[in-house]
Amino acid sequence: MKPQRIRRWALTGGVIGALVLAGLGAPTARAAEPIRIGFGMALTGGLSANGKPALLAVQIWKDDVNKRGGLLGRPVELVYYDDQTNPATVPGIYTKLLDVDKVDLVISGYGTNLIAPLMPIAMERKLTIMGMFGLANNEKYQYPNYFQIQPAGPDPQTSTAIGFFELAAKQTPRPQTVAIVGADAEYPQNALVGARELIKKFGFKTVYDRTYPPSTVDYTPIVRAIKATNADIVFVASYPPDSVGMLRAAHEVGLQPKIFGGGMVGLQFTSVMTSMGPMLNGVVNYDFWAPEPTMLAFPGIKEFLKEYQARAEKAGVDPLGYYLPPYSYALVQVLGQAVEATKSLDQQKLADYLRATEFNTVVGKVKFGKNGEWAKGRTLMVQYQKVHGTGIDQFRGPGKKVVLYPEELKSGAIVYPYSAAKN
Amino acid sequence: MARSTRTLLVGLAVVGAGILLAALRVNPYVYFAGYVILQYVVIATAWNILGGYAGYVNFGTPAFFALGAYTAVFLIQSTRAPLPVLILAGGLVSGLLGLGIGYLTLRLRGVFFSIATLALSIVLQTMIINWEYVGGSRGLSVIRPSGPPFGSYVTFLFAVMVLLSVVAVTVARFIERSWVGRGLAALRDNEEAAECMGVPTLRLKLFATTVSGVLLGVAGAPFPYYVTFVEPTSAFNLDYAVNALAMPMIGGTTSWVGPVIGAVLLGTAQQLATVTISSEMNLFIVGVVLVAFVVLAPEGIVGLVRRVRGR
Amino acid sequence: MVAGLLLGGFYAAVSLGVSLIFGLLDIANIAQPAFVILGSYAAYVMNRSFGLDAILTGLLFTPVFYVLGAVVYRLYYESFERRGEESLRGLVFFFGVLFIIEVSLSLKYGVDYRLVEAAYIGKSIDLGGVGIAFRLLVPCLVGLAMTLALHLFLSRTFYGRAVMAVSQDRLALRLMGADPVRIKTIAFGVGIAAASLAGALLITIAPVVPSTDRDYIGRMFAITVLGGMGSIAGTLVAAVILGVAESLMSTFFGPSWSLAVSFGILLVALAVRPAGLLGR
Repeated sequence: MKPQRIRRWALTGGVIGALVLAGLGAPTARAAEPIRIGFGMALTGGLSANGKPALLAVQIWKDDVNKRGGLLGRPVELVYYDDQTNPATVPGIYTKLLDVDKVDLVISGYGTNLIAPLMPIAMERKLTIMGMFGLANNEKYQYPNYFQIQPAGPDPQTSTAIGFFELAAKQTPRPQTVAIVGADAEYPQNALVGARELIKKFGFKTVYDRTYPPSTVDYTPIVRAIKATNADIVFVASYPPDSVGMLRAAHEVGLQPKIFGGGMVGLQFTSVMTSMGPMLNGVVNYDFWAPEPTMLAFPGIKEFLKEYQARAEKAGVDPLGYYLPPYSYALVQVLGQAVEATKSLDQQKLADYLRATEFNTVVGKVKFGKNGEWAKGRTLMVQYQKVHGTGIDQFRGPGKKVVLYPEELKSGAIVYPYSAAKN
Repeated sequence: MARSTRTLLVGLAVVGAGILLAALRVNPYVYFAGYVILQYVVIATAWNILGGYAGYVNFGTPAFFALGAYTAVFLIQSTRAPLPVLILAGGLVSGLLGLGIGYLTLRLRGVFFSIATLALSIVLQTMIINWEYVGGSRGLSVIRPSGPPFGSYVTFLFAVMVLLSVVAVTVARFIERSWVGRGLAALRDNEEAAECMGVPTLRLKLFATTVSGVLLGVAGAPFPYYVTFVEPTSAFNLDYAVNALAMPMIGGTTSWVGPVIGAVLLGTAQQLATVTISSEMNLFIVGVVLVAFVVLAPEGIVGLVRRVRGR
Repeated sequence: MVAGLLLGGFYAAVSLGVSLIFGLLDIANIAQPAFVILGSYAAYVMNRSFGLDAILTGLLFTPVFYVLGAVVYRLYYESFERRGEESLRGLVFFFGVLFIIEVSLSLKYGVDYRLVEAAYIGKSIDLGGVGIAFRLLVPCLVGLAMTLALHLFLSRTFYGRAVMAVSQDRLALRLMGADPVRIKTIAFGVGIAAASLAGALLITIAPVVPSTDRDYIGRMFAITVLGGMGSIAGTLVAAVILGVAESLMSTFFGPSWSLAVSFGILLVALAVRPAGLLGR
């Protein structure tokens, strides 16, 4: 063998050795004291606009708990990694958390696609797993120790649209025809499936049912096609860029349905609200939280929001934090309460307790039911009303995002038809 | 003769070491991270057969990779075929696509070819998005078969990936050393001149695109079982295109060792960045390392080593 | 159809930089979309802080981007072109630049969707029964103006002709007494400057995040290649074809296939006529 070739093979060997070391070299020292909670979170990529606020909410909870002396007398520590909104990173991240960092508890990252690859890992290791805003992740697995904080309820697929269509059915004169449209992506597709089911249930007539690629630039052709159908109800399931595109196009084309909105993600974000301003008026859209008296009644929510808003700017996240953060906080709140009550970090004991108990959180009473979803769904339908200009402060108080659904949280009346509230 | 025996022995030794490592059941994280890095070894090597040896830059790596993955998803959905079948089928389908783009090289060279492959990737992604059976845009959860060897399925996948990367590297090495590699190098330097000298350029190019396609598909086929959830955005992720290009560049494109070194270095760096600095730094590292390398060490690490040795 | 034409005008604006840099100078500047997004953020910042109109900002920032472009080109020239190994490594270099810009933006401004405000957003005029949105009309007009300006620059001015010359015959240019590197620096700068304006147009039309650039890589290069390398008129024609194809698909067959159709057109065009529609 020529020396040069030997060197080359040695190189290969070294490379393989480096690979092994890269894995083994990670710290194995185990801190016995703190309770460590691990998760991956979308800090970059498509969902990071939600992932970062969610992270801040969890951090606030950690600080709150530690101020009160921690859990079981032990301080709480967070271990989290950026999943880049890429499901392919999830198996690696959670294995690292569980086997190298030896975390005591895990919660999921934000979003359905990032929870999906976590399910088999949780099942294989019999973990209790808290899901953060996953839609119907557990339908295929029916894993008993999975609990999910989005108030979608026992029938996740119709949860986004149910309030919208129920409201529509109650109006007089009753609207007849429906146009539904959504992006070719995970959430919008699920919402559309739910919408189709509900349309059948309420006996509306579908006149338009299409999807579009998320990278569409110009939405006016789509809106124009919808306008041509003269639909009474227009249900849109979209992600932030297309929500903005659809709304602008609707104004430009002069779309005048009787009720408009439904499942538009992004309108809840402060940056979008303060840019769209009065264009939001009249839109009936799903939401999870609004600064209405009915929602501010829950214990601890005001304190949480005050803390969040104080820290938001420095963290570079949504300045108001109305959409997701209260639920992210509630998720760890629930977990913390379970740990305190069972005095244990035993996964099975925690799961049994989570399954049996009703929790009191910043988003109200939470009780888990079938497949670990909320026993009763509570996705809000809100209507934007009387938005003037684009100032941020008007959105801090009540009256701009009026809760119309469900009945027990209702804070105002719907303005119907859409055109009456639009100007 | 002696040389090929030796190659075989070394290859077997690496596979053996891999299986041993799998059997040892060290910290499971090693297998997860190792799987991803080895997957990039295969991808980078496959890309380099076309990009490095023949000089045709393929931007459509995600298309081939995802085609392998989705072929596997389709077979899992329809017949629950075992993993070896998935890998063979993934390679076959991707290889056919490779043959297809091979004919494109008849008319397209240089950057035009790159852009055509990019377009191909987008068209293919749209088709997958609109194909409900394999999950469409919503994605699909894949349930792993139970009772794998080595205790856990990922450990098993790791061992499989070791085998696949050895195969890929061996193929690349073979191509490089044979008349095929010399022919490809000739057409990389000057296609017309090579043609005139009697190098069968079309057949060589078809061969390179097909082999490259097969290997990329093979890399993608176990992916559904690794992530257990496949959706188009992550399967067609631009990262695959970038890494496939960056890794051989960093390692060195003219030799089979280059992509391996590049994949191991960059892959490890990315894995570590994901779990340490987290945040945006991952992409940033790729960006800075890329710029630094192409500016300061245009021949990659292999070239650097050669230069230091004074060759 | 009208919407498609408007969209086409905008696409032309976005693609001009690529057409110039890639088409004429043969530099595969894949980072161009990132420069466009950089332009969008410049427009966003000025709009938010001083209430400056986005497109005006885009125009004001062109000198800044010109200098930026010139610097990047010098770096590129020193590292690659002079050593005569530009194509492949240059490509990788620009990929790196793309990531650096993208990550820097997301570190500085976060990952929220950014939009701008302008009086004309959300309004439309009625032309023969078809409402035309100002949000699209304005970018389209600006895009057309940019196309015209660039065309005039290339065909009427000394430097413009020199750029055309450098793309064809470097030696002849040198004999004319012009320094090809200087000419290329100018052309590259102009291309990046175009990105400033294009970015402003983009953020007027749609919200922007740092990773938006990836949606445009394909479109920009598709348009340049389809139009014929380095042909400004071809770029416009191709942009309009792409815009109309996307719009028509959206209106009549379901928007979900519109992207695939555009790129399908590109693939077929490449296979049948690699020189592009109005290629040299």
